Amino acid sequence: MRLAAVETDRAVGDAGRPTVYELRQVTKSYGRGAIRALDTVDLQLKSGSFSAIIGPSGCGKSTLLKIMAGLVPPTSGRVVLNGTPVMGPRRDIGMMFQQATLFPWRTTIENVVLPIEIRDGATAAKAAHGRARALLELVGLGGFETVYPDKLSGGMAQRAAICRMLVTEPAMLLLDEPFSALDELSRDFMNMELQRICLEKDATAFLVTHSIPEAVILSDTVYVMSPRPGRFVEIIDIDLPRPRTLDMLTDPRLGAYVRRIRSLLDEGAFQ
Amino acid sequence: MTEYSSVDAAEAPDTVWSERASLIDRVPRSLAMVLLFAAFIGVWQLVHVLRLVSPIILPSPFEVAEDIVFVGTNLLSGGYMLGALWITVKEVILGFIIAMAIGFSLGLLVGETGFGERVVLPYLVAIDTMPKVAFAPLFVAWLGFGISSKVALAAFIATFPIVVATAAGLHVANENERMLFKTLGASRWQTLFRMKLPTGLPQIFTGLKIAAVGVMAGAITGEFLGGGKGFGELIRVAASQLDTPRIFSLIIFLSLLGLALFWSVVWVERRFVFWHKTSVAGGPGL
Repeated sequence: MRLAAVETDRAVGDAGRPTVYELRQVTKSYGRGAIRALDTVDLQLKSGSFSAIIGPSGCGKSTLLKIMAGLVPPTSGRVVLNGTPVMGPRRDIGMMFQQATLFPWRTTIENVVLPIEIRDGATAAKAAHGRARALLELVGLGGFETVYPDKLSGGMAQRAAICRMLVTEPAMLLLDEPFSALDELSRDFMNMELQRICLEKDATAFLVTHSIPEAVILSDTVYVMSPRPGRFVEIIDIDLPRPRTLDMLTDPRLGAYVRRIRSLLDEGAFQ
Repeated sequence: MTEYSSVDAAEAPDTVWSERASLIDRVPRSLAMVLLFAAFIGVWQLVHVLRLVSPIILPSPFEVAEDIVFVGTNLLSGGYMLGALWITVKEVILGFIIAMAIGFSLGLLVGETGFGERVVLPYLVAIDTMPKVAFAPLFVAWLGFGISSKVALAAFIATFPIVVATAAGLHVANENERMLFKTLGASRWQTLFRMKLPTGLPQIFTGLKIAAVGVMAGAITGEFLGGGKGFGELIRVAASQLDTPRIFSLIIFLSLLGLALFWSVVWVERRFVFWHKTSVAGGPGL
C-alpha cells in the first residue's frame, strides 16, 4: 500500500476534482473467513475519471465490482458514493456486463428505459422515452428505437446496453468486461465510443478487463491486482493526452505502460 | 425446394458442385402429404379386399368415410351427437382451465419459493409417477357419474405438465439477467413478472401443449370409466355393438376437437412469445 500512497500524491492533475467513489479498508472473505477473496482494498475515484482494474482470473475483481455495485456486502470496510454509504443497489450506480442482456420481448427503446420502469413505474418510463431517444442517438442507434434486439448485432446490442446504463444518469459507471464478447475490430471501435460517451457525459467509470492495452488506452489510472486474496500491487497513472485514439495503440509510451503492467502480472503469477 | 428444381442439370457445367435435394425432398410438401395419405388408404383397402382381417374388426375406408359423413351431418343438423360433443367440449375446456389455475399456482410455488421446491415438489413428483387414470373410479365415487368426475380426471392429468413447465420456466433466466435486475433494485414481483415469467414463457407454452393433449385423454378416459353422455360414451356404445366404422369416425371428430384445443394454445403462444423463434414453429402441420 506504500505505492498507493505515492500514487495518490502524484495525481495532482485531478486534485481539483472531488472524489465520487471511495472504498476504505474493504475486505471480503467467504465461508466465515475460510476463503479470503479480497485483501484490504483502498480506492478513490475522482469525478470524471476513468479507471481500470486488471489482474489474473480469480483475483477477486468481480467480487470487488459486486461490492462496489452494492450487490454484495463487504466483510469489513466502508464503501461511499457521493458522501452516502453504499448499502445495496442504487440508482446512481450504472452497471454493464459482458453480455448486453437485452430482453427479446422489448423493443430497443423499451429495453433502454427498463431501469426507469423498475424504479419509477411505467408512466415514468414512458416519459423517459425522449431522453432514451437522445441517448440512442448519442451511441449511433438513432432509428433503431422500435427494433427488437434480435435484429441488432453484438456491438449494437452493447450500445443499447450503454444507453440503458446511462438512462438513470448514474454518478458512477461500473463496467464488467463490457466488450470482451465482441470481435477485436468491434471492440476497439466500441472502446473509442465508450471514451467519447464518457467524455461527453463527464462520467466516472470503473472498468474490469482482461486486456492490458484496453485498460491503458481507456484509463487515467490502472489498478493492477494480485492473485487471491486480491489487493492492488500497483496503481499506475496513464499519462497520455485525451482524447485517446486507436493510433496510440502503437505509441511507444503506451507500449511501455503495457510492458510494465504485464511484468507486474507475470511476477504475480509465479508468486 | 424451388431453388433446387430451377437449376437445370443439363445446362450446368460439370465443374459446378451444387447441392441437389434428393428426389423425395423435391416433391412439394402438400403433395407428399396427400400421397402418403393415399398410400395409407390404399394399403387399408387392400387389406380389406384381400380379407386379411375380418371386416367386423377392420371396416373398409369407404365404410368409414360414409360414417364420417353420417356423423358430420348429425353434428351439423344439431342431432344427439352434437349434444354429446358439447358435453365433451365442456369437460375438456373446464378441465383445461382448472389445470391451468392449479398448474400455474403450484408451478409458481415450486419455482419461486424454497418451501415449494424442497417440501412440495417431492410430493408432486410422487403423485406424478402414479398412473393417473387409476384415480378415475375414485373421482366417480367422489363426484358421481356426471360431468364433474370427467372434468376432475382431465384436470388431474393436465395439471402436472403445467406445474413442471412453469417451475422449469422460472429457472430459465440466466445469471446476467438476474444480476441486471438486482442492480436495478427490482422487487421480487418485478423480477418475477418482468423477467422470470416472460423468459420462461416458451417452456410454459410447451407444458400447455402437452396439457392440451392430456386433457383430451383425461376427459375421454373419464367417460369410458365413469359413464356420462359425452363422445367417449358414444364410442363405448359403438364398440359394444361392434360398430367399428362408427368408432373410427368418432375418433376422427375427437381428434379435430383435440387439434382445435392445441391450435388455440399455439395461437395464444404466437401472440405472447412472438420473440421466440423455435417455439413458434412447434406443433403439427406447421
